[in-house]
Amino acid sequence: MKRHFFALFLAIAASFPSLALADQPGITVEQPWSRASIGDSRPGAAYLVVQNTGTEIRVLTGVETDMAMMPQIHRTTTDANGVSQMAPAGEIEILAGESLTLAPGGLHIMLMRLNQPLVEGESYALTLVFKNGHNVDISVPILGVAARGPEN
Amino acid sequence: MISRRTVAGYLAGSVALAGVVLAIGWWQVDGPGAAPAAPLRPLPLSEMSFSMQDQNGAEVSPGGLIGKPSLVFFGYTFCPDVCPTTLSDISTWLTELDAGAEQLNAVFITVDPARDTVAAIAQYIGYFHPALQGWTGSKAETDHAVADFRASYTLGEGPDYAVDHTSGVFLFQADGRFAGVIDLHEDRAQAVAKVERLLQP
Repeated sequence: MKRHFFALFLAIAASFPSLALADQPGITVEQPWSRASIGDSRPGAAYLVVQNTGTEIRVLTGVETDMAMMPQIHRTTTDANGVSQMAPAGEIEILAGESLTLAPGGLHIMLMRLNQPLVEGESYALTLVFKNGHNVDISVPILGVAARGPEN
Repeated sequence: MISRRTVAGYLAGSVALAGVVLAIGWWQVDGPGAAPAAPLRPLPLSEMSFSMQDQNGAEVSPGGLIGKPSLVFFGYTFCPDVCPTTLSDISTWLTELDAGAEQLNAVFITVDPARDTVAAIAQYIGYFHPALQGWTGSKAETDHAVADFRASYTLGEGPDYAVDHTSGVFLFQADGRFAGVIDLHEDRAQAVAKVERLLQP
């Protein structure tokens, strides 16, 4: 079942035109997007799909961007009582041939202490930091405050 | 005639069986096999007794929602992931409703009144469906509201604190009775079906 979902997901992901594509040895980033912020006092969020097309495990350790002083990868979890909380995700392993999805309600890039507002229609540079030192630079388009996914 | 030995054997067997049954019972009810306790149901809106301010600064209370079905969501405007996602979801459901969004109340209640003033909440909900209301109040009123909904929240620490909070959308019938919850990860079609069901007479 899980494998079917994965295949379906890949099929759907492949059918979207990529908004940005970074090709470093073995890593492809697809569908990056960020929500516009209201001013610069609230944290921003960004989402994307990282594919490890290489033959070795890759470990994502964090992100860097000039947009925020404290960009971090966080994970939202919801307990049996329906209470959601966020916590730093720590290092994330991506097995060879697998992909990692950052999407609303789960893993996300949290842009804490914005240096400037995230303005709808603009985009910004973001670096995915990998343990092996082969970092990946991408451009993240900024969608509306109420955007739900990369397509709107 | 049954020998004393046989009786003793039956007795020992029964005691052992009872022990096993008790052990299984403990495992399923209180032990590691126990299902997680179901969250308590919110009070009917008619029995809630808090009052807050809406995005226009007007005094509002849950009793005022009776007459139309209601969707109620707890969150805070500094929430980067769950809250904008859920408010976008609610906005989409409202847009997709055949009967029209004015047939429903949709209320966002902040669990972070220190940062979410009336002005802050008004600006925030302005980015979502125009039918959305945003309520804020004192810390005491917020705690009262959270208790009446049997929800919970925990303020984080530091200047950039996050707030853990109940993230489901509470559903209420037009008469104020609790009608269920739409969870954060619930399928969109299923969520809209739940909202449509609220509107059926």
